[in-house]
Parts: sequence; C-alpha cells; structure tokens
Amino acid sequence: MHVEEKLTAETFPASPEKATLEGKNKFLGFWLFLGGETVLFASLFATYLALRDKTAGGPSADELFKMPLVFVATMLLLTSSLTSVYAIYHMKNFDFKKMQLWFGITLLLGAGFLGLEIYEFNEYVHEGHVFTKSAFASAFYTLVGTHGGHVAFGLLWISTLMIRNAKRGLNLYNAPKFYVASLYWHFIDVVWVFIFTVVYLMGMVG
Amino acid sequence: MSTVARKKSLIWDYLTTVDHKKIAILYLIAGGLFFLVGGLEALFIRIQLAKPNNDFLVGGLYNEVLTMHGTTMIFLAAMPLVFAMMNAVVPIQIGARDVAFPFLNALGFWLFFFGGVFLNCSWFLGGAPDAGWTSYASLSLESPGHGIDFYVLGLQISGIGTLIGGINFLVTIINMRAPGMTYMRMPMFTWATFVTSALILFAFPPLTVGLVLMMMDRLFGGNFFNAAAGGNTIIWEHLFWIFGHPEVYILVLPAFGIFSEIFATFSRKRLFGYSSMVFATVLIGFLGFMVWAHHMFTTGLGPIANAIFAVATMAIAVPTGIKIFNWLFTMWGGSIKFTTPMMYAVAFIPSFVMGGVTGVMNAAAAADYQYHDSYFVVAHFHYVIVGGVVFALLAGAHYWWPKMFGKMLNETLGKITFWLFFIGFHLTFFIQHFLGLMGMPRRIFTYLPGQGLETGNFISTVGAFFMAAATIILLINVVITSVKGEKVSADPWGDGRTLEWAVASPPPEYNFAQTPLVRGLDALWIEKMEGKKGLTPAEPLGDIHMPNSSILPFVISLGLFIAAFGFMYHAKYSWSLFVGIGGLLITFICMFLRSVVDDHGFHIHKEEVLETEKGVKA
Repeated sequence: MHVEEKLTAETFPASPEKATLEGKNKFLGFWLFLGGETVLFASLFATYLALRDKTAGGPSADELFKMPLVFVATMLLLTSSLTSVYAIYHMKNFDFKKMQLWFGITLLLGAGFLGLEIYEFNEYVHEGHVFTKSAFASAFYTLVGTHGGHVAFGLLWISTLMIRNAKRGLNLYNAPKFYVASLYWHFIDVVWVFIFTVVYLMGMVG
Repeated sequence: MSTVARKKSLIWDYLTTVDHKKIAILYLIAGGLFFLVGGLEALFIRIQLAKPNNDFLVGGLYNEVLTMHGTTMIFLAAMPLVFAMMNAVVPIQIGARDVAFPFLNALGFWLFFFGGVFLNCSWFLGGAPDAGWTSYASLSLESPGHGIDFYVLGLQISGIGTLIGGINFLVTIINMRAPGMTYMRMPMFTWATFVTSALILFAFPPLTVGLVLMMMDRLFGGNFFNAAAGGNTIIWEHLFWIFGHPEVYILVLPAFGIFSEIFATFSRKRLFGYSSMVFATVLIGFLGFMVWAHHMFTTGLGPIANAIFAVATMAIAVPTGIKIFNWLFTMWGGSIKFTTPMMYAVAFIPSFVMGGVTGVMNAAAAADYQYHDSYFVVAHFHYVIVGGVVFALLAGAHYWWPKMFGKMLNETLGKITFWLFFIGFHLTFFIQHFLGLMGMPRRIFTYLPGQGLETGNFISTVGAFFMAAATIILLINVVITSVKGEKVSADPWGDGRTLEWAVASPPPEYNFAQTPLVRGLDALWIEKMEGKKGLTPAEPLGDIHMPNSSILPFVISLGLFIAAFGFMYHAKYSWSLFVGIGGLLITFICMFLRSVVDDHGFHIHKEEVLETEKGVKA
C-alpha cells in the first residue's frame, strides 16, 4: 500500500503500522531500540542494587519512601498504559477522534505521574536526600530520574503527534508514528513496574 | 524533481546526503583521518620507548598520547572504517536500494564525527584524557583538568551514533532483502554485519550508562565511584567491560566477514562450510557477552568467578577455530589469485591465530596474574586487532575501492604496502610478547638500561616505522589512483560472486534499476555460471522511490557538540550552563522539525533510470 493513499474505514488495513515498508521498518527498528533501552535500564538497575544501602550518613530508603504517594503515582502510570491501548484500538478501527481522546487521557495521567514525581523529589531534597549526598542518592536519582526523563519525553512526543495530525486525521504515514509512540509508553510503564518493585518495595521491606 | 536534487555543490551534497554510498565515503575519510592521528600517536609512543630513559614524551604527556592512541584507534578509526565497509557494501549485497533509515544513517555518521572532533579538541584545550582507553574510575576521577570530561562527553556523542547505526543495519538486513535473498543465502559479510549490529545494540547501552555515571561524578557531584561517599569504583570496570569485550567482537566479526568474501572470490570457490560459518559467527557473538570479567581477573572477584569466566573465554576458541579451518579449506583446491586483498587474507590467518593462542593463554586466570598489565597483553591485543581488524580493513579497502570510487588501486603499490605493513607489524609486536614476559609493564613511559629490554624495544620501534611507511605508500596509491586511474567496469576483479559486483562501479544512486531475484548463495556467480550477462530482475522497470537529503542530521549532532562544551565548563563559568542547554535545544528543535515536517522522498522516473543505465553501459 502507498503512504499517501486516502483511506476510509473500509479500506484501512488491519495493521496500519505495518502496511507500508516505512511502517514495517519503523515498527521493527523501534522494537530493537527498546531492546537497547532495556539493557540501558538493566545497567542502571544493577548500579542501583550495588549502591542502594550506601547512604554515607544520609537518609536511607526506608526513612524516605512514603507508600501512599508512590502507590498513587504507580496507579496513574499503569492506567495510562491501559488508556494508550484504547487509543491504538481506535486507531486500528480508523476512529481518529476517539484515538485522540484516549491519547489525551493518557497524557493527563502521565502528566499527573510526572507531577507527583517532581513533588516527591522536592520533598526528598528538603529531607536532605540530595543528589550529591551519597552513592545511594546518586544511584536513586539517576535511575528514577532517567525514567522520569523518559516520561517527560513521551509526553512531549505524543502531544506533538496529536497536535501535528489534529487536522488531517489518520493515514499510513502517521499511523506507525502513533503506534511506536504507544510502544514507547508501554515500555516506560514496564520499567516503572521494576522501579516500583526494586526501588520502593525492596527499599521499604528488604 | 530529482534533477533539482542533483544540482548542488559537492560540499553541501555531502553535508546533507542520506545515500549509503556517500555516507560510506564520509566514514572512510573521517575514519581514515583519525587512523592517521592514532598512528602518529603510536609512533610517538614507540619513539619514546626506543631507548631507555628517553625524554621525548615524559610522564603526563605520555599518558595522554597513550590514552588517545587507544581511544582514537578503537572508537574513531576502527569503528567508522568498519561502518564505511558496511555502508558501501551491505545494502547492495542484499539487493536493496538503500538502508532502512537513510536519515538515521546520516545522523549516525555526524554524531560519530562530532564526538571524535570533540574528543580531539582536548589537545588544544588544556590536555587530553590521560587514564588509558579504559579510563578506570579510580584513575580518572583523580585526573585534573578536563581531559577525562572530553573522553566522557565525546564518546557519549559518538556512541549514540554507533548505536543508531547498529539498529539501522539490523532493520535493513531483516526487512530490505531482495526477493529470494533468504537468511542462508546472505553473503558472509552481510551475516557478520547482522551479528555485529546485534552486538552493538546490546553492548553500547552499558557504555552509555557508564559514561553517564562518570559524567555525574566528575561534573555534577555524583558519588557512584567515590568510595568516601559509599561509591564503588568496580562498577565502572564492570560496565566498561560489559561493553568493552563485545566491542572486540564488534570489530573483528566484520573483519571475518571481509576475509570470507575475499577468500571465496580469489580462490574462485564457494566459501567452504558456509552454514558452519554462520553458526560460528552467531556463537561468537553470543559468547562475546559472557566473558567480560576476564579483563578483571586481578580485580579480586574470587576464584569461582574467575574460573567460570576463564572457561567461557576458552570456549570462544572453538567457533573461531571452525572459521580458521573453513578459510583454509576454501583455499584448498581453489584456483588462487594473489591479489592485494588476498595477500592480506592469507597473512591474516597465521597472524590472527597467534593472537588467538595468546588469548587462550591470557584466559587461564591463574597465569593471567603474570601477564596482566605487561607488554604480553599489549602484544596479544595488537595481534588480534591489527592482525585481524586492520588487515581486514586494508584488504577490504583494496577489494571494494573500485566499487566505491570506480577506479582500481594500483596493485604493485598495494603489494608494497602489504609487505611493509606485514613485516612492520610482526617486527613491532612479536618481540613485545617477550618484553612482557621479561617484566616490562604496559602504560609506563620509560624503562631502565641494563634490564635486557633495550634491543626488544628498539626492534619494536623500527617495526612501527615500517607500518608508517606502508601507510604513506597507501596514501600515495590513493592519490595516484584518483588522478590517473582508469574507470573500471561492474566486476573489475572478474571473479565477483555477490550482488555488489553486478551493479556499476560506482553504483548509481538507486543501486538497482530493477530489484534482482536471488536464486542462491553467491547470486551473481550463479548467473555467471549459467552464461547470463546480468541478474534476473524481480520487478518490471518503473519509477524508483528515493529518500530526500537533509541537513538536520548535521545540525542535530552540532547541537550536542555545543551542549557538551557548555556542560563541561559549567563549574568554571556560570553562563556556560546556558550554552549547554542551548545546544540541547538546537538538537531537540531539529528532532521536533523532523517529526512534524512530512518527508515522503521523491521519485526517479523510469525514463531517467533508463538514461542512467545507458550511460553506464556505454
């Protein structure tokens, strides 16, 4: 199929993200990129695990972390992953408006998560848990902050796509772009599940 | 539209090109220049060590030259030259018109280039990095000045470029193969590129993280490696070698691929044991991730860890041995032509095997306590990297030069280069095994007289000058060829087996007027054996879709280059932080533009294709 073809709900392919060669390349290339990202986060996790109790007299994990805040943030991000699934469901059905709606909700939830994280970091800094305090602090802020940076980038990316395509609707040129953005969003979500477990749960119990 | 695209100045054309063949030339030129810089640094090292108590390069300056020699040769010479070969050949070998992501291909080059330039700016801005190419945190955190910061930020930028290149080639090889080009019909160099790219994908992120941590420690008050605040310097060693060991295979697997092509072509025989070659390549790639701690035997990981990593390391000798025997059997009974590339290939086998043997010696953890940090190790890895990778790059350059530039390098000069380089290489490094066993430590700027080290070091220095002479003759050859050389046909060696020898030299920008139908391994050879002139087309002649060129990859990379300067000096000048943020903004704005401005490429019309093809035939 050709990229610039005008399509209707009937002619829109079942997997628009892979209907063109460009789309197929984007799809595969992005999966591979996520493979590299996995190794990147794995390295950060390994570093964190090695340094998590090296507090050098600063506050430790179980003194800092507050479950309610982290729990709410986790719920926001997990839900945003679900809403991005709805968005892609509507994309595949060629329902542009509903796709935009659900991506919009995804953005709001993601922004909520990011807001909570910024609030959390701010609290920690006031409790003396600053980046330069200890090896634990450096490892914590680098791991969680890299994730937070990914969330911020994802928010900018998805909103750029939504605004850019607001007037022209779906086609085979932008469908792969929306699709890989949603893949990215899921990846961020999966990484957070590990952060929640390794950093927060193990920090409070382990 | 395409005619408009063609009327551009040469410089602007190369700044904006997304054509894999032109990007290959950019990689070749940039990588070649850095190779000369790294080579000069090597000569300086050898001059300093030519006699005991020499004062040519003393102390700190020697450390800088030594560090930059290693870093430059690995990251800025060998890597880009490997990418030059991949870009020049792989898309054509699989019957594709370009790589999967032409824009990213250009971005990968410019990131590497600016990263390399940034790193070398250190010479003029207060001193180069001086903690060795491995830049162990225990040394580098204590290094004064900005040398290590240049290392950290420069490698970060060029590393991102390499990662992008790796993903690009993976997708290209998976998605862009011509009809009939199954995985088990892919030329060996394409297979090597494929496995190498997978290695890049999984090996570079740990380096990225290691460099980020070191950047945090050095520039932003982090404590990852600072034992006083609970940090652990061994983390750097692990992260660096989890990258660093696969990196060795990232370099040497393409070298194996190049030699596999050359052995088959000039033995005029199918590569012996093709499927076992594929298997061995994949296995080496896999095992390459399992052995990083053999660089850390003396760190104190304990006997269990050392034993496991020792055994895993020795296991790599098995698939490598398979390859060696397959190359020998490819030559066995073949009708061999001793061209310049073939001479490098034949010389590679004993040279590389020697590096392999000392590799197994180093892998014996208990014995490694003796070899560690001595010239024995220096001799070992130069036998592997020069005897394997540099020989392959020189062979590949001679082999594919006519394909890239349409002119054949002079064979006589080529052979003189080969002999000088071959003799010089063994003269330089063979004796270093013994210097090491006699107790000469690596990375030390001098030695004392009367310890039996004088003769060995002098011989080694003489050898280095042989290699320098070889390089000069190669450069003369390049100049003579580009001035006087005659235009060559599609298959100038006459024995080409793979698809790149079916298209004109240099190939037209669309590579294939019609996508070929591949009917087996050595696709062109099959057609030749059936008496056909060209390839069997898989599609009718039609308009060809091409990607648009773009200046954005250049500007994105320039943005990071500026940002790196800004962040490096932020502690000294407060305004410098804004330079850093400004640089990042340039990069992000360009990425934003790339996202929102549609780029559908353009079409070369059928009539134009026909005209070009006629011009090629005439």
